[in-house]
Amino acid sequence: MKIFVNGEPRQVQDACSVQDLLAEMDIVGQRLAVEVNEEIVSKSHHEDYSFSDGDKVEIVHAIGGG
Amino acid sequence: MQDDQLIIADKAYNSRLLVGTGKYKDLDETREAIEASGAEIVTVAIRRTNIGQNPDEPNLLDVISPDKYTILPNTAGCYTAKDAVRTCQLARELLDGHDLVKLEVLGDQKTLYPNMVDTIEAAEILIKDGFKVMVYTSDDPIIAKRLEEMGCVAVMPLAGLIGSGLGICNPHNIRLIKENATVPILVDAGVGTASDAAIAMEIGCDAVLMNTAIAGAKNPVLMASAMKKAIEGGREAFLAGRMPKKAYASASSPIDGTFF
Repeated sequence: MKIFVNGEPRQVQDACSVQDLLAEMDIVGQRLAVEVNEEIVSKSHHEDYSFSDGDKVEIVHAIGGG
Repeated sequence: MQDDQLIIADKAYNSRLLVGTGKYKDLDETREAIEASGAEIVTVAIRRTNIGQNPDEPNLLDVISPDKYTILPNTAGCYTAKDAVRTCQLARELLDGHDLVKLEVLGDQKTLYPNMVDTIEAAEILIKDGFKVMVYTSDDPIIAKRLEEMGCVAVMPLAGLIGSGLGICNPHNIRLIKENATVPILVDAGVGTASDAAIAMEIGCDAVLMNTAIAGAKNPVLMASAMKKAIEGGREAFLAGRMPKKAYASASSPIDGTFF
């Protein structure tokens, strides 16, 4: 199925979890926050939250700013 | 001056200088400048993780550790209350429930002047949701008071436009805001050089938040050190109470005992 990660379309397996996606992107363990369709998916739910087709995923982190 | 601490949301700080982390050459310069500034509260922005970025690349929060600094995520770049609230919620998740945020909702790209209608709307939602809101505002004393009454933990009027380095453009308004306030008043934005920071503190502001004045200096680390001293000097001058201004001279050396 197709989801959108930070605005970019991405093919993922059915029942792909947030944790699976982070592993695929090689960013497990980094300080980040995940939102699906404008709802936060907390760290404690990364393993059990599975995407649905067309989900809009945002993965954010802290960068320099004032 | 050990007992002269800045208290924000029940937490005490020894430094009255808050710094941003934007516009530095690299993370090393960021770290060195922040160390030289002596700041304990450091602002960061929240943005999309770069997909395909080198996973070994250091993260800002590895350099500016939340164990060492109070991280103040900001809503820079937000032009609506909705985007600002969403950014704060992501920041709280990112920082494991840390709820101190810098709220700024901008009105226009040319001036980055705050949109106070949306700022007030966002502040209301965030405070209800348990956030401790340090709010960027125009230098309107009535609006500033309103933000305090709503429950913002600090009110941060601009001294000049963000990144402009114009200095304290309207010291009279900043003074009025401070006179009416019971929460900390921080000058946020506009400081260009050390004397600007000192003036903000001499007016009686509780602290100053700056980014470009340090990061945009030719030598950011040296400017960070200068700002630290200016903040301390300005604060001590405020506490000491300056001499009254006079229209005419008043000799410093005694007139008695002259032999000429």
